Amino acid sequence: MSETDNPGGKPRATGDVTIELRGVHKWYGQFHVLKDINLAVNRGERIVICGPSGSGKSTMIRCINRLEEHQQGQIIVDGTELTDDVKHIDQVRKEVGMVFQHFNLFPHLTVLENCCLSPIWVRKLPRKEAEAAAMRYLEKVKIPEQAKKYPGQLSGGQQQRVAIARSLCMNPHVMLFDEPTSALDPEMIKEVLDTMIELAESGMTMLCVTHEMGFAKTVANRVIFMDAGEIIEENEPHEFFNNPQSDRTQLFLSQILQH
Amino acid sequence: MSVHTPHPDMPPPILNVGVLGWLRSNLFSSPLHAALSLFAIYLLYLTVPPIISWAFLEATWVGDSREACAGGEGACWVFVKVRINQFMYGFYPESQYWRINLAFGLLIVLAIPLFIKQFQHKGKLAIFILVVYPIITFQLFSGGNFGLTHVETSRWGGLSLTLILAGVGIVASLPLGIVLALGRRSKMPIVKSVCVVFIEFWRGVPLITVLFMSSVMLPLFLPEGTNFDKLLRAMIGIALFQSAYMAEVVRGGLAAIPKGQYEAAEALGLSYWKSMGLIILPQALKLVIPGIVNTFIALFKDTTLVLIIGLFDLLAIIQQAFADPDWLGYSIEGYVFAASIFWVFCFSMSRYSMALEKKLHTGHTR
Repeated sequence: MSETDNPGGKPRATGDVTIELRGVHKWYGQFHVLKDINLAVNRGERIVICGPSGSGKSTMIRCINRLEEHQQGQIIVDGTELTDDVKHIDQVRKEVGMVFQHFNLFPHLTVLENCCLSPIWVRKLPRKEAEAAAMRYLEKVKIPEQAKKYPGQLSGGQQQRVAIARSLCMNPHVMLFDEPTSALDPEMIKEVLDTMIELAESGMTMLCVTHEMGFAKTVANRVIFMDAGEIIEENEPHEFFNNPQSDRTQLFLSQILQH
Repeated sequence: MSVHTPHPDMPPPILNVGVLGWLRSNLFSSPLHAALSLFAIYLLYLTVPPIISWAFLEATWVGDSREACAGGEGACWVFVKVRINQFMYGFYPESQYWRINLAFGLLIVLAIPLFIKQFQHKGKLAIFILVVYPIITFQLFSGGNFGLTHVETSRWGGLSLTLILAGVGIVASLPLGIVLALGRRSKMPIVKSVCVVFIEFWRGVPLITVLFMSSVMLPLFLPEGTNFDKLLRAMIGIALFQSAYMAEVVRGGLAAIPKGQYEAAEALGLSYWKSMGLIILPQALKLVIPGIVNTFIALFKDTTLVLIIGLFDLLAIIQQAFADPDWLGYSIEGYVFAASIFWVFCFSMSRYSMALEKKLHTGHTR
């Protein structure tokens, strides 16, 4: 597989489940963060997860690549169940890319080195191949000219696009986005969202925790609303925004769409 | 609409620039400031000229015995000159000095490419210096092979012994300190407690006690007849002692790395050791360069404590030299000489660390 996406740019055939969460519970000490989460994500699906802060949405997607541990239930990614087994975790992390709110680029490495690090050390690609692939992805996110710079020399929007390219360099099947635009200045949000939209159009399976409702409307197949550790509502975007079922969802939507 | 024409640039007032400007803003900006400046100048006048006159103008430089200094008012550098070989090489046989010179010369030659930007194989060379070079040096110093006469460690001494102790201490304590620091932050309770106990033990004991124990108590526990070299014991003691300090310095750096860096490394599928080696440690060590070098400098100076277990490092051998009836009364020259040598090495380390910090700075803001 040369690219993560299929060459035609059309979504992959949907239908086969790539991520499955079954009855997942998680506690931080006494605090019950995730309560009986059930979710199946099909290949090529774009899911937007929203909800008030502290509702467990970040925690949920962080469980999918085991940055957080769940205590009950099952999480299965591409047929691999996440357990304490390090091999399983490594397997899943190879398939799942993640983009963070604060970019988390490695400040001591150049943009290119940031992108090549994992392909070289985890996938054992020769340096030349890794660099060529990295340049392709940097072109895709439209900043190939910054390859030799250090992250500290880039703007927030550029850094986040590098972070997206860095994840793509591992050829993931699934991309997780944890509030990718929340730390950005308004004028930089668009450039990151454009990149994400392009990625969505190429058929990538995406789970995005975001409050960008415009993004949800244009890109998502499904919107999930969480509150207090539970999935309250899930629906396709048109229905979700125009005809929310639960009063909690209605309240949330009225609050964020007012301004 | 009016057209804006910019004012031409004018020179600043004469009292604000040049020597006058500098004096005004730095030394005489207020009455109190001026008084303090004058007082400081007076103090310098009281102390600096006598020192210069003692150390240079009135000093005796030529001659080869005490008599040469008989009439001089200033320092008697003849004492240092006559004893310089001993200060450098200790009791090492004079005919074999070349071996020590060769060892240190080799180090300098090997180290030069590390400072040349275009040189490609820095990593390999560094490993060579850290692994192969010590073996060569040990062979050269100790002899016994390749037709070199054996020289016992008890005859090693002077500056060369100080450098060996400090070098071994530095090279051993940094990696050990890093491992201990990682261990102390480990999630595995046994690893963690072993590291905590180790660090707290060595930090809680004075180095002088460690050296005493290594030289007096350790032989009691060893089987009769085993000869465990005194110098080696001192080296191990110093290395373990300093590694505990180093561990705490490195731990400070590790704690300063944001959690997001660990998470990003994990999310990219890097294993623990890879993420530590490629992501966390390079950043953490860079942050604590001043602390690491501080520990190195302390270590360098602490090597003088080995005199209490009968090893003749630079300071010990100087003290021994002015205890010689021929040179009684020249302790000041001896101490000044020792201090300036130590100062040169420590100051170089501090300068090097500053240059390194500057070089590694990649302009990031977290």
